[in-house]
Amino acid sequence: MSLSGRCVIAGIGHTAFGKLPGRDIPSLHVEACREALNDAGIDKSPVDAVFVKVPTSAPQFMVGQKVAEALGITPRIGGAWDQGGAANITLLSFAVMAIEAGQCDVALVSYADNPRSGNRAVFARPRGDDAPYGWFSTAAGYAMIQRRHVIEHGTPPEAFGAVALASRRHGAGNPWAQLRKPLTMDEYLASPWVVDPLRRDDCALVSDGGAALVVMSAQRARELGVDKPVPVLGFGHGQTSFELPQRATLTRTEAARAAATAFAMAGARPQDVDVAQLYDCFTVTVLMTLEDYGFCRKGEAAAFVADGAIEHGGRLPINTSGGLLSETGMPGLQLVMEGVRQMRGTARLQVPGARLCVVSNQGGTMHTHSTLLLGN
Amino acid sequence: MELPQPDITELNRPYWDALQQGHLVFQRCGCGHAWLPARHECPACLRAGATWERASGHGTLLSWVVYHTSYHPAFADRLPYHVALVQLAEGPRLITRIVDGHERLTGDAAVELQVSREGELALATFRLAPAAR
Repeated sequence: MSLSGRCVIAGIGHTAFGKLPGRDIPSLHVEACREALNDAGIDKSPVDAVFVKVPTSAPQFMVGQKVAEALGITPRIGGAWDQGGAANITLLSFAVMAIEAGQCDVALVSYADNPRSGNRAVFARPRGDDAPYGWFSTAAGYAMIQRRHVIEHGTPPEAFGAVALASRRHGAGNPWAQLRKPLTMDEYLASPWVVDPLRRDDCALVSDGGAALVVMSAQRARELGVDKPVPVLGFGHGQTSFELPQRATLTRTEAARAAATAFAMAGARPQDVDVAQLYDCFTVTVLMTLEDYGFCRKGEAAAFVADGAIEHGGRLPINTSGGLLSETGMPGLQLVMEGVRQMRGTARLQVPGARLCVVSNQGGTMHTHSTLLLGN
Repeated sequence: MELPQPDITELNRPYWDALQQGHLVFQRCGCGHAWLPARHECPACLRAGATWERASGHGTLLSWVVYHTSYHPAFADRLPYHVALVQLAEGPRLITRIVDGHERLTGDAAVELQVSREGELALATFRLAPAAR
């Protein structure tokens, strides 16, 4: 029996984004979960599952249990998952599977981290045994992938810029967004190198903050009187090697396997998608996700994103609340929340009549990928 | 400032010892699979007992990045510097540097081993092959 549409996202909630000094990670979780429960219109009493992402900047022992304690919940099932930025959609998938398997009733999927006011050393770490060559940082791994994409497909800088322009334009009017400054192509091209071929404006923000989802069966949502529950139509995952040199290819990612699973589960095709929330930790990620999801052929993302096609009003609007490049560097849940708003019809930059939204989450240096399809 | 040093273990010592002798070696399993960096078991067939094999030194430049910011103080006065990804003719891939400098690099350029000495350390670096210069 397919799980497509059997569970819903009943509520979404989040903290402020940006720099939040003085707030610890459990506190950010509690605020996000409180807001998500309020949004669902329920109290915490039916919640019997708490799934959290391991905080990238502060890995710790049994963080899932610390969060549950701060929430005053004793879960039947839950814990923390270490999969980088792909974890949130994965945890949502686990929640759906646990609910359908009778292992829990109502689940919270929650994320919180504070790398901006806390420790961001993880993003500058040496990569494996190759520190003597100067092989450091998360950004450099993406730069290595981006250069290979340019070598294989001649992808011009303006294609990467188009992604940055879309996220920045969409985030500019979002009162929650951390960076509300639209970007022109000339400004993008003049943006300083971080690790060439990556410019500053190719790179995600670093942000404190938290976000949470309330997940339950569609039937439970009816019983609890949830307003505008958003059905989870499909999900899928894919993972590859830890060290970048160990991969057979740099330009085809796990997005392909993840999306194939998710679209098959939902009985949908990429051409059915009305709006997309694509993980934009670096602009190259969006271009390669568009290709690997089948919105265009491999190497043709540059043509696909030209002429405002991925901006609001274009053929496939992406990241309508600003994504990781503008709204918050939070790894992924802002994209799920915006997908929920689009399916409810309540987004600030609503895509008129949108019926199907795809959301991508991605972790590490394209190590892990998860895909979510939401309907209405 | 001294470069960050590799963590030399019983497992990877043959790799670093070979570089001191001017050679690049990789591991090969009885099943035929070849790889770097060192590991106890073959990631293809999962058996232990791989042997070290000397690389021809011929490879292909797959990609490279140019650092304009340093993440370790030892590289602050080397900016801008590059890091490259090379695939050996025998299959294994490794992180490295091309001694010709990043301005002369092109995708899929042929490269050949040229071990570099950095203090006590011998690093597996490459130069552009004559045809690629």
